[in-house]
Amino acid sequence: MSGAVSGAVSGGPLLSVRDARVGFGTVRGLLRAVDGVSFDLEAGRTLGIVGESGSGKSVLVRSLIGLVGSGSGAIVGGEVRLDGQDVRGLSAKNFRQLLGRDIGIVFQDPMTSLNPVMKIGRQIGEGLRLNRGLNATAAARRAVELLVEVGIPEPERRASQYPHELSGGMRQRVAIAIAIACEPKLLIADEPTTALDVTVQRQILDLLQREQRQRGMAMILITHDLGVAAGRADDIMVMYAGRAVEMAATREIFRGPRMPYTEALLRSLPRLSDPTHTRLSAIPGRPPDLARRGTGCSFAPRCTYRSERCEAEEPVLSREGGRGFACFHPLNASAGTSA
Amino acid sequence: MSDLLRMTDLNVEYPVGGGRHVHAVSDVTLAVRQGETLGLVGESGSGKSSLARALLQLPPPQRGSVLFDGNELTQMRGEALRAVRPRLQMIFQDPIASLNPRRRVAEIVAEPLVVSGVRDPTERTRRVRAVMEAVGLDPDLVWTRRPHEFSGGQCQRIAIARALVLEPKLIVCDEPVSALDVSIRAQILNLLEDMKARFGLTLLFIAHDLAVVKSVSDRVAVMYLGRLCEVADSASLFATPAHPYTAALMAAIPVPDPDIPLGDTKLKPGDPPSPLDPPSGCRFRTRCPHAEARCTTEVPPLREIAAGREVACHFPLIG
Amino acid sequence: MSASAVRPATVAPVGRRLSWAIVLPLAWVALVAFLAVTADWLPLPDPAAQELILRRKPPSTTYLLGTDNLGRDMLSRIIYGGRTSLIVGICAPFFGFLIGGAIGMSAGYFRGKVDLLAVGFIDILLAFPTLVLALTFVAYLGQSLFNVTLALGILSIPAAARVSRANTMAWANRDFVLAARTIGASNWRILTREILPNVLPAMFAFWLVAVSVIIVAEGALSFLGLGIPAPQPSWGGMIADGREALDVAPHTALIPAAVMFLTVLSLNFLGDMVRNLVDPRRSSL
Repeated sequence: MSGAVSGAVSGGPLLSVRDARVGFGTVRGLLRAVDGVSFDLEAGRTLGIVGESGSGKSVLVRSLIGLVGSGSGAIVGGEVRLDGQDVRGLSAKNFRQLLGRDIGIVFQDPMTSLNPVMKIGRQIGEGLRLNRGLNATAAARRAVELLVEVGIPEPERRASQYPHELSGGMRQRVAIAIAIACEPKLLIADEPTTALDVTVQRQILDLLQREQRQRGMAMILITHDLGVAAGRADDIMVMYAGRAVEMAATREIFRGPRMPYTEALLRSLPRLSDPTHTRLSAIPGRPPDLARRGTGCSFAPRCTYRSERCEAEEPVLSREGGRGFACFHPLNASAGTSA
Repeated sequence: MSDLLRMTDLNVEYPVGGGRHVHAVSDVTLAVRQGETLGLVGESGSGKSSLARALLQLPPPQRGSVLFDGNELTQMRGEALRAVRPRLQMIFQDPIASLNPRRRVAEIVAEPLVVSGVRDPTERTRRVRAVMEAVGLDPDLVWTRRPHEFSGGQCQRIAIARALVLEPKLIVCDEPVSALDVSIRAQILNLLEDMKARFGLTLLFIAHDLAVVKSVSDRVAVMYLGRLCEVADSASLFATPAHPYTAALMAAIPVPDPDIPLGDTKLKPGDPPSPLDPPSGCRFRTRCPHAEARCTTEVPPLREIAAGREVACHFPLIG
Repeated sequence: MSASAVRPATVAPVGRRLSWAIVLPLAWVALVAFLAVTADWLPLPDPAAQELILRRKPPSTTYLLGTDNLGRDMLSRIIYGGRTSLIVGICAPFFGFLIGGAIGMSAGYFRGKVDLLAVGFIDILLAFPTLVLALTFVAYLGQSLFNVTLALGILSIPAAARVSRANTMAWANRDFVLAARTIGASNWRILTREILPNVLPAMFAFWLVAVSVIIVAEGALSFLGLGIPAPQPSWGGMIADGREALDVAPHTALIPAAVMFLTVLSLNFLGDMVRNLVDPRRSSL
C-alpha cells in the first residue's frame, strides 16, 4: 500500500512537507521554482522525486534542508516537519544540529561535494566529532569502518588519501559514508549517479538501497531517470514546472499513470525491448518559462488531452484511492483504485 | 553495401604530463557503411569521443588510417583537408557550447556556406531558410536571435541545421541527446532519423545510453578502455551479447519498469581501471567474471565469430 | 529560517539597475573627456601664459583653481593636461593591447611552440623593472608625447597578452570552435570570427583599468622628469611642478592629484562594471 504518500499511519510520518514554496526574484519577475508541494515520507521508505531540469525537484529538496534560503536570494515558504518537529521554526544552531544528526545528503558530483584539501578519513570523521562527540581517535576508527561498509578496498590506506586520488565511483562511496556516518533518519540523494557510468551507477544504487534498508532510514531519491526511480523507489512523485503533478506507489505510476505528462514521459523513452528504428512518441513543445506562467495547467500546451478548462483553470492535486494527480482528464480511471 | 568510412589500426594518444600518455584509442579497425547508422557505445574513458575527433583529424590520430569517401584523411593537410570537411560533419553533446554565443542564429547556420565559398547572399539565405525549415525551426522567428535565447533542444536543432546545410555524407553525432531533457530527447532522435532519410545521410552515433543507441542504430560497436569489444548488427547484439562487457552493460541499464527485476551484471566489484594504466592483455579482465590466465597475457583480437559479428574475447558468450 | 509566504510584491527585480556607483564615474569621465576634446573652443586663458606676479594664487573668482608656480591658470592647465593625459592613457594601452592581444590570442589558440615563445617573451618583458624600462626608453629616444606613449604602450603589452591568452584558452576549447574547424574554417577566420568577439568584452573591461594605470604611470614618469616635455601640461607634470611649493601653495599639487585620483577611480569602477556585464553567468539571465 502507498501509505507513505497518502498520509499519516500510526505515529505520523517521519517527514511531512506542506505547501512548500520557493521563489526567486529575476529580471523578468518572480520565478516560482517550487509552487505549493506537499508530501509525507515514512521511516524506511524511499520516495523517488522524478522530473526534468527546471521541474523544481532539486530546489524543493534543497529548500527543505536550508540549502536554498534567504541567503541565496530565494523566498521560501511552507511547513516542514521532521519527526513532528517544525524545522522552519528552529534557531540556526538547532537547525545545524538537526541537519548534522538526522539528515544525510549525497549530491550529484562528489568532486565538488568533497573538500579537495582534506583527507578522506578526516572528512568522514568530521561529522562524528561535531555531532556525536567522538574524539579524534574514535572518529578515525569509525571512519575506516564506514569505508569498509561502503565497499572501499584497503580502507586504512584510502582514509589517508585525498579525494582526487580516487575514481568517481569511489568518491561517491566516500560521500555516502559521510552521509550515513551520523546514523541519519533521512537520507537525501540528489541525482547521486548522474555523473557516473552505467556499471558504476548500478553499484552505487545497490549500495544506497542496502544502507537504506539495513538502517531503516527514509530516503528521498531525486532523479531525472525514470529507470533509476523504477528500480529503487517505493513511491514516486512526478514534478513538472514546480508542482507535484502525480504521486503514487511506483508500480502504479508505471502500470497506469493518471497524469498525461507522466504517460507522455514514459512513452517517449526509447526502450531496449523495442526494435531498432521504432518511432518514438515525442512530447511536442518544451517546459514553460516559470517566470511567465499563465493561468491553467502548466502542461496543457503540450498535452493531447487538453480542453478549454485546462487552459483556464489550474488543476489541484486531487487524491483518489490513495494516489494523487493534478489533472482534469485523468487517464486509466479503472487502474487507479486497484492497488 | 560499400564502406563510406574505414578506420584501420587507429591509435590516439594524449600526453598528460610527466612524460606519461593516455592511450585513448588502441588499434581500432572499424567501418561505417554507406547509408547506415553505426552506434558506438562506451562509458567515460572508453575513447569513443577521442575516436570521433581523430577521424575528423581534430587532431589527427598518432597512427592508423582513416579512409573516407575515397580520401585518406591522415595523409591530407591544409587546403586539401578543408575541401573534404564539408562532407564530414559533427554534432556535439552540449548544444549551447557548440554555438558561438556572440553570433546570430542565421550567421551560425550560414557560416559553413561562407567558408566553403558560396558567395551569393541570396543563395545562402535560400539554403539557410530551407535547412532551418527542415529541422523544424521557423526562420523568421530565429533569424536574428542569439543562442542563449533558446533552450537546449532548440540549440541542438540549430546545430543540426548547421551540420546539414552543406549536405554532408557522414555526420558524427557525439552524445547528441545526453545533455537534453528526457521530454526533448525523443524529438531530437526522431529529427535525426528524419534527416537521415531525407538527406541520405550516414551516421556515426556515439552514446553511453544503450536504449538510445538501439533505437537509432543498424549496427553497434562497443568500446572499453580504448579498444573495441564487439561489433554486430543491432538486433543480434542486443538479443545475444557475445562480449561479457556488453552483457554487463545491458544488465546494468535501469529499466523504466518496476516489474522487470534488476539484471545481474556479474561484474567483479570495483571501478573501471584508469585509462592511464590499462590492464595488460584483455583490458576488461579486471572486472570480467570469465577472466582466466590467458586474458592477462594475450590481447584478444577482434575476430569474426558469425556472419557480421565480431568480438574481441577469448571466451565469448556465444559461438 | 522564517516561514514567510511567497509574496511577489516584495521582490525587487534583480537587474542591471543604474546606481550611483555607475552614474557618477560615468559622468566624471564624460566631463573630463568632453573638456579635453573641446578645450580649444572654451574661453580659457592660454595654459602656457605666465604671469609671474600672480604666481601661486589660491583659487579665486578670476582663477577658479588658482595659479601655479609660474602664474599659469590652473583650470586651463588641468583641462589641457587632461587632454595630454587622456591621449597617453588611451593610446598607450591601445597600442599595447593591439600587440599584446595578438600575441596572447595566438599563444592561447595555437598553444605548443607559439605559446612557449609568447610566454617567454612576456616573462622577459615582465622581468625588467617596468619604470626603469620606460625611463631608459624615453631617455634614449627623447622626450616627446609620441615616445612617452610608445614607452608606456610597451609596458602594457605583457598584461594585455596575459589577459587575452587566458581568455582565448577558455574559449578555444569550446565546441563551437571545433564546429568551425569541422566546416573547414581557416585559423585566421576562427580567431577573428569565433574567438575575438568573445574575448573582446573582457579585453575592453581590462583596457579601462589599463587606461587608469597608464595615467598614473605617466604621472610617475613626469615626476622623474621624463614625462611629457614642458610647456605642454599633463597632470603628472603638474603634480611634479607643484610639489616644490607644497608648503606655501598646496593647491598646485593637490588639485591635479585629486583630478587624477577621481579619474582613475572612475575608470576602475567602470572597468568592474563592464567586467560584470560580460560575465557569462550574468548575461545569460
